[in-house]
Amino acid sequence: MTNQAPRFWRSIPQRYNLSGTHCTCCNEYFFPPRNLCPNCRRGAHMEDYTFKGTGTVITNTTIYNATEDFERLTPYNLAIIQLDEGPKITGQIVSSSANVKIGMRVKAVFRILGKEGDKGIIYYGTKFAPLIEPSCSEKSRR
Amino acid sequence: MRSVSIIGAGCTKFGERWDVSLRDMIAEAGVMAIGDAEITGEQIDALYVGNMSGGRFIEQEHIGALIADCAGLSRLHLPSTRVEAACASGGLALRQAVLAVASGYSDIVIAAGVEKMTDVSSGTAADALASAADREWECFFGATFPALYAMIAKLHMRRYGTTNEQMAQVAVKNHHHACMNPIAQYHMEITVDDVFKSPMVADPLHILDCSPISDGAAALVLAPTDMARSFSEDPIKIIGCAQASDTLALHDRRDLTTLDATVHAGRAAFAQAGIEPRAVDVAEVHDCFTIAEILAIEDLGFVEKGQGGKAIGEGTTALGGPLPINTSGGLKACGHPVGATGIKQAYEIVLQLRGKAGKRQVDEAEIGLAHNVGGSGGTALVHIFSR
Repeated sequence: MTNQAPRFWRSIPQRYNLSGTHCTCCNEYFFPPRNLCPNCRRGAHMEDYTFKGTGTVITNTTIYNATEDFERLTPYNLAIIQLDEGPKITGQIVSSSANVKIGMRVKAVFRILGKEGDKGIIYYGTKFAPLIEPSCSEKSRR
Repeated sequence: MRSVSIIGAGCTKFGERWDVSLRDMIAEAGVMAIGDAEITGEQIDALYVGNMSGGRFIEQEHIGALIADCAGLSRLHLPSTRVEAACASGGLALRQAVLAVASGYSDIVIAAGVEKMTDVSSGTAADALASAADREWECFFGATFPALYAMIAKLHMRRYGTTNEQMAQVAVKNHHHACMNPIAQYHMEITVDDVFKSPMVADPLHILDCSPISDGAAALVLAPTDMARSFSEDPIKIIGCAQASDTLALHDRRDLTTLDATVHAGRAAFAQAGIEPRAVDVAEVHDCFTIAEILAIEDLGFVEKGQGGKAIGEGTTALGGPLPINTSGGLKACGHPVGATGIKQAYEIVLQLRGKAGKRQVDEAEIGLAHNVGGSGGTALVHIFSR
C-alpha cells in the first residue's frame, strides 16, 4: 500500500478527533458525522459534537495474521467500542491481550497507526487505552 | 413476471489453479454450462458475471466483455455485464440474470462467476478482500476480515454459549462433505483437534475456521420456465430470489450477532416461494468462517437464534441429518473464489435436485436453498430452487 499518501493525508478530521454530530430533535449522536439524521430526516437539527472519548468494549479479538500494513504490529488487539454517547466504532486497544475483556472501560488516545518504512509517510489516528479511573483520565497519557 | 428455470450448469475444479488463467476457467465453466443446456451461442441473449476484484487479483478489469470474448461470443456482440458485491458477486450475477429473464427482456441468459486469487501473495489477497469491509472506518484502524468475524464469534459465544468445539465441527463437517465432491479444493478429513492446533488467525478463529484463497469459475444457463423443457430434461425452477443490504461497517449494525441482510433476504425469498424454512431439503450457506455458518442457519430461520452451535454439535446439518448444509464442502472446504462462490452454490443445488450429486446425494431432495453474503453482511442474497 505504498505511494498512497493522498489516501492517508486527505483531510478527515474525524480520524484525529472523535468529532461527530448530534441531532437535537431525537438526541442521537453520530460518528463519523452525518449531515442528515436518519431518524428525523428533513426535520432534523444537527449540531457538531466532540465525543468525550470514553466507552465500553462490546466485543474484541487479538489479530495474529494481519494485512501487509499491520503485519509488524501482530499480535494486536482490535475491538468494537460503544462510546458513552451511543455510537459504536472499531479501534485497536493498547493493552496486553490478556487484559482486554468484553465490558472493559476504555478511553480514546491519539496514536501512530502505521508508517510506510523508515522514510515513508506516517499516519495517525485514534486507538483506545484501558480506563482505570475516570478521574485519572487526564494523567494517564503514555 | 415470468417464472425462471436453470437449464444448464457447469463448474471448474476449485483450488490453487496455477496451471490456468481466469480466461481459461471462465471458458471451461461456460462451455460446460452451455453444453449441459444443449444450446448454441446464437441462442444466448445476455451474460452476467460476478467478479469481486479482477483489478486487484490479476490487474484486469472489464470482465464483462472479457468473458463474452473468452467464450467465443465476441462476434455476436452480446450485452455482457460484470456485477460486484464483494463475496456475494456470484449470487448477485444470478439475481441479475433472473431479473432479465423474469422481466421478459431476455430469454436465454448466462449467469457466471469467476475469481483468480492465487496469482498474488497472500498479503495482497488479504488486502484485496479487506476492501469488502469499510476501508476508512474498519481497515484503516487495523481490522482484517477474519477479525470482524472473530468479534462476531466472541459475542455469539458469550451471549448464546456457542463453543470453540461447535465452530470447529462446522469445519470438520464441511471437510468431510468436500471429500465426496470431485471439484472441491480440499480432499482431506480433519478433526476438531486439528482445528484447535492450527495457527490462530484472530482469536477465537484458527486458520482451519477460515475459508481458503481459491481459483475457480462457475456458470449457469437460465431460461423462462415455459421454454425450459424444450432444452432440458430436468430443469430446476428458481422459486425465490431476494437481495438485501445493511451497513458496510460491522460496528454500525443493529445487532452484532445477526446478519440482518440475511434475515431480510431470507424472509423475502421464502415469501416468494410460499414455503417455510423447514420445507428446505438441502442448503448451501455462506461459511466464509465457521461462525458464519452458525449465523446463517439461525438468520435463515432453520434454527432459533442462538441454537446454531447446538444444531451443528448434534449433527443436524451433516449429510444424513435432517437438514444437510454445505454438501459441496461449502466455502470452507470446496474453496472460495469469491466471485464464483454464489454460482457454485447454485450449481451444487442443481446437482442435488437433479439427483446427480454422487456420494454426497441427499435422498429425494426437492427444494434447495443458496445463501451468499458480501463482506461482513453488507449484502445478502438468497435463492430457493425446486425440482
